Amino acid sequence: MNKQRDQMNVVVVGHVDHGKSTLIGRLLADTGSLPQGKLEAVKANCARNAKPFEYAFLLDALKDEQAQGITIDTARCFFKSQKRDYIIIDAPGHIEFLKNMITGAARAQAALLVIDANEGIRENSKRHGYMMSFLGIKNLTVCVNKMDLVNYRQAIFDQIQREYSAFLKEINLVPQNFIPIAAREGDNVVELSAKMPWYKGASILRALDHFSKAAPKDEQELRFPIQDIYKFTEDGDDRRIFAGRIESGAVNVGDDVIFLPSQKYSRVQSIEAFNKNSESLAFAGQSAGVTLATQIYIKPGEIMVKKDQRQPHVSNKFKANIFWMGKQPFVKDKNYKLKLATQQAPVVLSDILGVLDASELSSIAGKSQVDRHDVAECVLETLKPIAFDDIFTIAETGRFVIVDNYEIVGGGIILAPVFEEETSLKKYIASREFNWERSQITPDTRAKKYEHKSALIVLTGPQGTGKVEIAKALEEDLFKDNRFAYFLGLSNELLLNPGQATDKTLSRLGNIQELGKVAHVLTDAGLILIASVSDIDDYELNMLKTLTLPRQTLVINVGENRFSHSQIDLQLPADQDPHASSQQIINVLIKSILIDPEYFI
Amino acid sequence: MTKTLTKLESLEAQSVYILREAYREFKNLAMLWSIGKDSTVLLWLSRKAFFGHVPFPLVHIDTSFKIPEMIAYRDRLAKEWKLNMIFGQNKAALAEKRTFPDGKLDRIACCKTLKSEALKHTLAGDWPRYRLNHQTGQYDLDANKEPYTGVIVGVRADEEGSRSKERYFSPRDRNNEWDVGDQPPELWNQFKTDFAPGTHVRIHPLLDWTELNIWEYIEQEKIPVTKLYFDQGEGKRYRSLGCFPCTFPVESTAKNVQDIVQELKTGKFANIAERSGRAQDKEGGGGLEVLRVDGYM
Ligand SMILES: Nc1nc2c(ncn2[C@@H]2O[C@H](COP(=O)(O)OP(=O)(O)O)[C@@H](O)[C@H]2O)c(=O)[nH]1
Repeated sequence: MNKQRDQMNVVVVGHVDHGKSTLIGRLLADTGSLPQGKLEAVKANCARNAKPFEYAFLLDALKDEQAQGITIDTARCFFKSQKRDYIIIDAPGHIEFLKNMITGAARAQAALLVIDANEGIRENSKRHGYMMSFLGIKNLTVCVNKMDLVNYRQAIFDQIQREYSAFLKEINLVPQNFIPIAAREGDNVVELSAKMPWYKGASILRALDHFSKAAPKDEQELRFPIQDIYKFTEDGDDRRIFAGRIESGAVNVGDDVIFLPSQKYSRVQSIEAFNKNSESLAFAGQSAGVTLATQIYIKPGEIMVKKDQRQPHVSNKFKANIFWMGKQPFVKDKNYKLKLATQQAPVVLSDILGVLDASELSSIAGKSQVDRHDVAECVLETLKPIAFDDIFTIAETGRFVIVDNYEIVGGGIILAPVFEEETSLKKYIASREFNWERSQITPDTRAKKYEHKSALIVLTGPQGTGKVEIAKALEEDLFKDNRFAYFLGLSNELLLNPGQATDKTLSRLGNIQELGKVAHVLTDAGLILIASVSDIDDYELNMLKTLTLPRQTLVINVGENRFSHSQIDLQLPADQDPHASSQQIINVLIKSILIDPEYFI
Repeated sequence: MTKTLTKLESLEAQSVYILREAYREFKNLAMLWSIGKDSTVLLWLSRKAFFGHVPFPLVHIDTSFKIPEMIAYRDRLAKEWKLNMIFGQNKAALAEKRTFPDGKLDRIACCKTLKSEALKHTLAGDWPRYRLNHQTGQYDLDANKEPYTGVIVGVRADEEGSRSKERYFSPRDRNNEWDVGDQPPELWNQFKTDFAPGTHVRIHPLLDWTELNIWEYIEQEKIPVTKLYFDQGEGKRYRSLGCFPCTFPVESTAKNVQDIVQELKTGKFANIAERSGRAQDKEGGGGLEVLRVDGYM
């Protein structure tokens, strides 16, 4: 069997009309990579319509694109050199299509940045350079194009090289080379041209062949974001497989592993695959699956790491550089969704440290929002802790996107975690307390009258364990016993404000927030409030408890206990008579709602 | 000890990643299986992604003009691999013979009727779906009429101009329409997996594969493909499969997968478009583009 040829994705960027499509067309034509007769057909078509032939026409695969005369989207074409196959991604230069450019560039291992020698460095020459740095593309060649228009003069080329190198240096990007070309004429594209004898470097094709692909990641620390957990029972399959792509490092059967942010431990029992010999090792780049030696409960999104290696940060605040693509600006006091590796978490913008003018690289201070196409340094707060690295340590777990109203509207790279006591939850509670108008009837007076204190009772645990039946029995038993009790029988959907996002991640959080607010009011009114929430996790529970403070929260878990560190007040089996369960709850409850005897003196 | 993936291994890893994203995020997910080599590779990749299982239905649009071997092959694999196999069809058009060449339709209109339309309604669930009953080996009317909101399709970027503009996760609006100019960004393996009610998403795990990659992978994994792709001794084989009135074999003596790989690498097909044996692409300028914006895969 023949050896498979190496393959590399290359993106071509630069200001509009600086010659990106022409360069690509020329690369395709001069390496003999065009389908037979294609070039002739397009040329003949141009001749028929009496318009000058452009290499761009070759690439304009779509009609509506030709109508507009600009490359709307990233087109892909293929060409070969002796060394490898290239997939070339043409990215639109027009600012309106920034998200398309980013899509193209994010897939590339190398970039050609085209600058028109005659027009010189333009806004998007800089913005695109900045984006290459942002996206982490290390292989960059700057092509100074249309040298024919400046009579192939070295001085012009040198001037652009000086100026643009200085710019790239400021953003920590060192290009591999600068090459003077005339794309339309084919000068220095595949072969070196006699018209620029002063240039001694490589042609574009040689420069591409010189690029090396990203260094293998298998020697870094393990980062295995869990994409999903499978249990397909068909045909008696009883494996519980934790699946995902290994972003860095490697994992062996027998390794001790930790899942973050939940901090759960286990050991790798096997590495699973289909139609492949069983392996004892999986490494970076593979979409893998493992089984574990112990039964633990985790959700997709957690990152599996090795116990004996440096671990990612677990925090809910970090400093990041972001770029914004959304039509609506990025604002404070609004919940967005953050996606980092396979984690999804609600996120808010907590501070804007500076907005960068990408073309001038100057920072604009004092902006209160991040507008479309802005690049900004910000502090973001996720509403539950997430696991991440900074971009300099492990890029794959140091970058994220932000989703608003179903769309990816921003991307960012994490600079550092921020450790700060101030959270948006605390801010909310402080303002709530400040604005709360208190009456003469104090909680103690109320408790004395009702002959018990108030509390929130949360029934949780997996779905389908009969929590609601227990809650109803409990309400009934307490009521008969003259307790001021109430079962909040609202389904999660009803609790949510209508009109709020239907996003799963955000609505789950919204439910907990609403429940916390309601619980605060009703327990303040002296009630024993009973609520049932399936599968509440450690952070959601913490939020609920905090919102209900100063009143206490009792946590009753029914069925499997999936908490990793929260204390529960009572554990109940799933299949018990509701009134028996209710009685057990009352036994625990009594201790916390009984009024201190001194009140009766 | 440095380990890296081969080209096919990295293509496989990316496709598997996309399939798993799709499976996690879409409740009503289906995969289109045209019986051709690309969607068969896609089916194989699903078994890779889900460790031998295929946890979603496979939908085939039966134009009734498919080469008979294709249907036999479909049902054989469906039974062997225990697939949740579904087909849909434009019964009315077939009954009224609104087809090419017997009816008055040209090739494009025929494709629109038998494929695009049938596909649209089968996915939406408002036309009957037929599901393979593994007990009887027959197809029964499927009770499930829920629309599929995520549809996995085996298109490749190198196939044809318009396909090179696709995303891995590509939204279609209520009318199946594709807004080529306004596509979601995709970066760092984050895709559009959130969608407003009423829209649905096409998922393209094979976008980065070439025709050669497909055959190399078939060779590596020993994936069964129909023998229509091979020369049976007459010096002809199919390079791309479709309906018999519109698909013609190409001249080739490739008798097995190795021969095809060799032919694609060095031989006369190295620079000829794959769909050149598909007549509807040639009719009226941008045939496939027209079909495509309209929902044809
Ligand atoms: N004189 C000259 N014109 C060029 C050269 N390369 C491209 N052009 C022209 O510049 C214009 C814009 O080129 P195009 O490739 O479409 O730019 P894009 O917008 O960056 O893709 C076209 O009219 C090209 O013919 C070159 O090397 N010399």
